[in-house]
Amino acid sequence: MVSYIFKRLLSLIPVFIGITLISFSIIHLAPGKPTDLMTQLNPKVSFEAKEKLIKLYNLDKPVQIQYMIWLKKLVRFDFGNSFVDGRLVIKKIFERLPITILINILSMVLIFLIAVPIGVISAVKRGSLFDKMTTLFVFVGFATPGFWLALILMSIFSVQLGWFPVAGIKSLDYENFSLLGKVIDLGRHLVMPVLVSSFGGLAGISRYMRQSMLGVIYEDFIRTARAKGLPEKDVLYRHALKNAILPIITILGLSIPGLIGGSVIFETIFSIPGMGQLFYQSVMARDYPVVMAVLVIGAILTLLANLAADITYFYVDPRIRVGRRANA
Amino acid sequence: MIKKSGIVIAGKILPLLAVFFLIFSSFNDGFAEETPCYGDTFVSSSIADARTLVPILATDSASGNVVGLIFNGLVKYNKNIELIGDLAESWDILDNGLTIIFHLRKGVKWHDGQPFTSRDVRFTYQKLVDPDVPTPYGGDFKKIEYLQLIDDYTVKVKYQEPFAPALASWGMAIMPEHLLKNSNLVTTSFSRCPVGTGPYKFKRWRSGEKIDLESNHRYFEHRPWINGYIYKIIPEQTTMFFELQTQGIDYMGLSPLQYKRQTDTRVFKKRFQKFRYPSFGYTYMGYNLLDEKFKDKKVRQAINYAVDKQEIIDGVLLGLGRVCTGPFVPGSWAYNKNIEVIPYDPEKAKKLLNQAGWQDSDADGWLDKNGERFEFTILSNQGNDGRRRTAEIIQRKLKEIGIKVNIRILEWAVFLNEFVNKKRFEAVLLGWSLSRDPDCFDIWHSSKTKESEFNFVSYCNPEVDNLLEEGRRIFDEKKRGRVYHQIHQLLYQDQPYLFLYVADALPAVHRRFKAVEPAPIGIGYNFIDWWVPKTEQRYLH
Repeated sequence: MVSYIFKRLLSLIPVFIGITLISFSIIHLAPGKPTDLMTQLNPKVSFEAKEKLIKLYNLDKPVQIQYMIWLKKLVRFDFGNSFVDGRLVIKKIFERLPITILINILSMVLIFLIAVPIGVISAVKRGSLFDKMTTLFVFVGFATPGFWLALILMSIFSVQLGWFPVAGIKSLDYENFSLLGKVIDLGRHLVMPVLVSSFGGLAGISRYMRQSMLGVIYEDFIRTARAKGLPEKDVLYRHALKNAILPIITILGLSIPGLIGGSVIFETIFSIPGMGQLFYQSVMARDYPVVMAVLVIGAILTLLANLAADITYFYVDPRIRVGRRANA
Repeated sequence: MIKKSGIVIAGKILPLLAVFFLIFSSFNDGFAEETPCYGDTFVSSSIADARTLVPILATDSASGNVVGLIFNGLVKYNKNIELIGDLAESWDILDNGLTIIFHLRKGVKWHDGQPFTSRDVRFTYQKLVDPDVPTPYGGDFKKIEYLQLIDDYTVKVKYQEPFAPALASWGMAIMPEHLLKNSNLVTTSFSRCPVGTGPYKFKRWRSGEKIDLESNHRYFEHRPWINGYIYKIIPEQTTMFFELQTQGIDYMGLSPLQYKRQTDTRVFKKRFQKFRYPSFGYTYMGYNLLDEKFKDKKVRQAINYAVDKQEIIDGVLLGLGRVCTGPFVPGSWAYNKNIEVIPYDPEKAKKLLNQAGWQDSDADGWLDKNGERFEFTILSNQGNDGRRRTAEIIQRKLKEIGIKVNIRILEWAVFLNEFVNKKRFEAVLLGWSLSRDPDCFDIWHSSKTKESEFNFVSYCNPEVDNLLEEGRRIFDEKKRGRVYHQIHQLLYQDQPYLFLYVADALPAVHRRFKAVEPAPIGIGYNFIDWWVPKTEQRYLH
């Protein structure tokens, strides 16, 4: 087992380098330089100033040299300084990571708590009114653009009803609140972003759950359980669900890195200073060090999530272990 | 009976009491309005977070706005767009403009309590011309031959040649020498906790969330009445508008649609005051003058006749703007008000095009010359709906006289880097924001046509070149004004740009703020005089 993990870890290194190489090339291939945006059509900005910036950021060197410089720093876990404000990239990211993680975890929990029962019930009661309604709901969920939903929610619950704040994560006088007040304030600010960020996922995961459950209900071992005279509840929730939920956990796990990308929309609309917003702004500003750092972190998360999924399967699914032994 | 009379008495007295109360309370209100009091916080918003609060490195508008409240320059513009002293009390211009001697204000303190002196001015100048500091603002200061400190409060600046915009360039924020002497301006922590001399002191910066400022009680003009200033970062325009409606922010520049339709409600008008005045920017369509089609002045003039500017203003700005005839602030001393606006006249346009050799010889509805159809593409940037719609109106108008126009909208960085800078365009739809000084050498002088320079339309008129050079040498505003009037006239004749419109600035400010008085320069110039009556204050600071 240890040697299996070790081998898998080693094999991640070339994959990782490949990812960084491709990311680096693509972001540098995109037309426009970071200096353009800093000096955008401002007649007060002299031509020499632009040249100065280009030299400062090593942008006058060939891309492969720039990549080597970047890689050398990365080996020392140095993501460099942002072109936009000269701050340490890692500091900028750590400032923004917690709120994105918090919202994503809350959304995941919400998705899990709602999507799993919906999926299970619509699988068990296949073809019922509930199943049809949830199918409709799923299509609506898939088709609804996040930004539109966000604006509608804001318009209704903030502007018209005044129940929740429009945007941001804290009130302006947050510092003066008691601990309980702070928690309530944060909660009020998080309701709409969490709803919006989980809406699309809700549709997808409930559909996966339904499918997975349907796949299991007609298996032989379920028939055996029923034949043994087990109560239907036990059959469904102890035997079937346990098996059906496994792929869902994997899917949820694998969707973690993707959530950072998904955060772009709701973080921008709800003015939440998280990773998604940082990433979007950095791409628009061609802030290469920040963009690369976010991509690298995303790549590492994806690779690790993949590894974790493999290891889990290694444990859970006897066929993999047997297969490996047979091959060996 | 008693009861009845009681009712009668009450019935007579109550209205009297009410009238008395009303008179008294309105008198009280009027009285209160005249006596400013301290307190409350002004919450403004910004689409993007600031980048750096080191003044000479701040190029984006978010950073510029914050820097403007924390720092002072030697000079500034007053409400009528005239230069007045800021950190400099007065100045002498000697040797026909070659020398400026600044007499600095005494007793000004940095926010950390250290005195402000001429050494800070010298330090700022040194950093502006330092080749290792990537400041974009060095250009105007490179023309300085030397800068000499006469004493702690007198600075002599000697120029290599007379340079009229020099005085205005000293509006550049002065930085404290004692805090920055040995630091790298790009990486210094000062960029996120600056110390200035201005009316507001830096308090806190939460990245991507907000920047907090508090009033400087020792500010040399007077302590600002408003105690706090918050910049809330809201990256999305619609969200910002929702925030305004729910009073989450106190100020926002409205779009024409928001100004005219979406804020025309009783609730909004009760909460907010709306203002309207010409902005400091204009929108234009620039031709690539190296392109054969646009080399003939008559063609460009014809297009000016064929495009109805008022229709664009009505359609795109809902009437909230004015026709633009040149690159100067309407109403300023550089603006030539005698220029006659060319009326919309498609027939005249066709005639001019015929004279230039463009005719519909194959009767397909499009003009042609030497077998080639008159067709061109307007390039513009993404994210500006007004520009896209302006391009569409131009497209329709030119179709009517037989010119085929295509529109292409591009992402900003791509647009700039790949097309504008490299001159790979036929026409671009863009805007310039106007500086308070009319010097526009970089935009119109024929020496500024190289790649990435600002005369990207490649305009070249020796007469304009001479006038631009002359305009930089004359200090007297009247004489200088005449030069710019001529430039204005020549540009309107030559039509290197199709000058389109100056949009109105449309800010909305919460009603609780008193003393907000619009002037030619806008509304923010007297911010330190704004105040909120005690009963209406919303935030404790």
